[in-house]
Amino acid sequence: MTEKSSSAAIADSTVNKEESLGSLLAPPDESGRFGEFGGRFVPETLVPACEELEAGFNEAWADQGFRYELRDRLNEYAGRPSILTECHNLGSQLGIRLILKREDLNHTGSHKINNVLGQALLAKRMGKTRLVAETGAGQHGVATATAAALLDMDCKVYMGEVDVDRQELNVFRMRLLGSEVEAVSSGSRTLKDAVNEAMRDWVATVGHTHYCLGSVMGPHPYPWMVRQFHRVIGDEAHAQCLELLGQAPEVVVACVGGGSNAIGIFSGFVDSDSRLVGVEPAGGAAVSRGAAGVVHGMRSYLMQDEVGQVEEAHSISAGLDYPGVGPEHSYLASLGRAEYPTVTDAEVVESFQLLSRSEGIIPALESAHALAWIVREAPQMQGQSVLMNLSGRGDKDVDQMMGILG
Amino acid sequence: MGRLEDEFRSKRAAGRKLLVPYITGGYPGWQPAIRAAAANGADAVEIGIPFSDPVMDGPVIQQASQFALEQGVTPAAILDEVTRLDVEIPLAVMTYYNLVHHPGPVRFAADLRRAGISAAILPDLPLEEAGPWCAAADAEGIETIMLAAPTAPDDRLPRVVDRAHGFVYSVGLLGVTGERESLAESATALAKRLKAITDKPVLVGVGVSNATQAYEVTRVADGVIQGASVVRRLMEDGPDAVGDYVAEVRSAIDAD
Ligand SMILES: Cc1ncc(COP(=O)(O)O)c(C=O)c1O
Repeated sequence: MTEKSSSAAIADSTVNKEESLGSLLAPPDESGRFGEFGGRFVPETLVPACEELEAGFNEAWADQGFRYELRDRLNEYAGRPSILTECHNLGSQLGIRLILKREDLNHTGSHKINNVLGQALLAKRMGKTRLVAETGAGQHGVATATAAALLDMDCKVYMGEVDVDRQELNVFRMRLLGSEVEAVSSGSRTLKDAVNEAMRDWVATVGHTHYCLGSVMGPHPYPWMVRQFHRVIGDEAHAQCLELLGQAPEVVVACVGGGSNAIGIFSGFVDSDSRLVGVEPAGGAAVSRGAAGVVHGMRSYLMQDEVGQVEEAHSISAGLDYPGVGPEHSYLASLGRAEYPTVTDAEVVESFQLLSRSEGIIPALESAHALAWIVREAPQMQGQSVLMNLSGRGDKDVDQMMGILG
Repeated sequence: MGRLEDEFRSKRAAGRKLLVPYITGGYPGWQPAIRAAAANGADAVEIGIPFSDPVMDGPVIQQASQFALEQGVTPAAILDEVTRLDVEIPLAVMTYYNLVHHPGPVRFAADLRRAGISAAILPDLPLEEAGPWCAAADAEGIETIMLAAPTAPDDRLPRVVDRAHGFVYSVGLLGVTGERESLAESATALAKRLKAITDKPVLVGVGVSNATQAYEVTRVADGVIQGASVVRRLMEDGPDAVGDYVAEVRSAIDAD
């Protein structure tokens, strides 16, 4: 069998995969909750839009035609399925089998395109002509601008001023793709405030605009819908691991901002025995430092002060600089099914260089969080197989790293 | 029925249009601004308790909130000051749900009652999520003012209206708070739809920006909420300017 037909089989097997009863991947309840987390805390103006989106997504997801159209775009445009790469150099150095799921090789350079192609096709099907998006690192913004160009839609991306400065390259990419980029100067001037501004835009333009949210967060149906669009990562990885290892890996690791790349890869293994690890930055640790709260349309773990004001996150990586986390992660954490440790900026800078030098792969600063945890924990995982989601490539971060490394 | 709705119904019965200015709690001069509003014809005041992430607010109210937060204002400090305001009219608070969720609805409702607050507006708490808060508020006699939006289909409005106490907040346009050149058509259209299905007072807010627009909406609605236009005056010219402006709107909506 050629390589090509084996990957085609993998791609095909992911199209109509549905969770079995009792799976942890069951959809949220009618109120959009995973356990106690989730819901739909939005201004009244947006309630009908969320309901319309939920109905539109349900209808599209049940339609074979939509699922195959999405699969074809993912395969022929975004370059799926993404491969697995075993890191023999670094793996033997660490005493583990280290396997990367190469989402960095997708078109536009990260996992974000999976969700964006899904939402953009859905928006188009629902008769919307314009996309708005928030972005932190700019990867979701670039992916949205890309889909808008491809599907001939208008697009506006909101990005915090701080992030506009540290991710200049992606700002220019979005503009090249024909998208408008607005720098957000309120609050902490990072991802959280970009979400606020995108929501304000949507409140005013809801008739013709779709809010293309970039992670498994926000009001129902977003956390669930975005997870379904990213399941392809985990479904592929599961099949690929069976081929490579003959079993599911012992540990599955991903970085967590809002949590989309993590939930994507977790969804392939949540019903297996694999240990699931979502790595947050120390300065944006919603699960370990937060308490349940309500912001951006959802009830979830949230960093907040003693009266309930949302705290500003501080992370070297713009994509993880977020004080909240998607509700399904809060649910998995509350069940003890997944764990959410943190790593420091210094550890991240270390592992960013480590992967570059030892494997010739420059990771996104976000993804380097996952590796930083693996490096720290390797002595406790000797001989184990560790699957890491390499959510994006690091080209966008080279400029920032030049400043840091001098 | 609570105090706010009671007073609004009897004032309406007497032929008076209702005027509710919004003032950001904790912004310098907010207490004298409330007194000035009360002395110049406001029927109630909506006091904003600043939140870090105010998604329903445009630039003016965002700025005022952020400034107040930078001065270290807290919900408790604002409620404490409210007890010393000594105004005759009922007071409502407007804030975002996390500030309720954090202490818990039961404690927050009790805090409001102790401060002498009559009603609450929580713009990010739609009908479907309002259960726990409404139960706590009802138990403490706090009236929950529900927002009705222009996007609501006909079968949704009656459910929103049913749950509303005090008055129904008819959202004037698709968008966030802030001043606009002209009144959106949706402002009077939604007020009409609401008036057709309820005898609760209907007040239009969001995007009603001056005395002329206030006059226009009150030809259909029972009253008007003025937010950004009030807060801008407080920020630019201080509490006295708020009093002058409230007087100006008052006389405009009183004209036949
Ligand atoms: C490469 C990459 N990984 C991860 C993230 C974080 O998002 P999420 O937690 O939703 O995967 C981002 C966000 O910008 C990103 O660009």
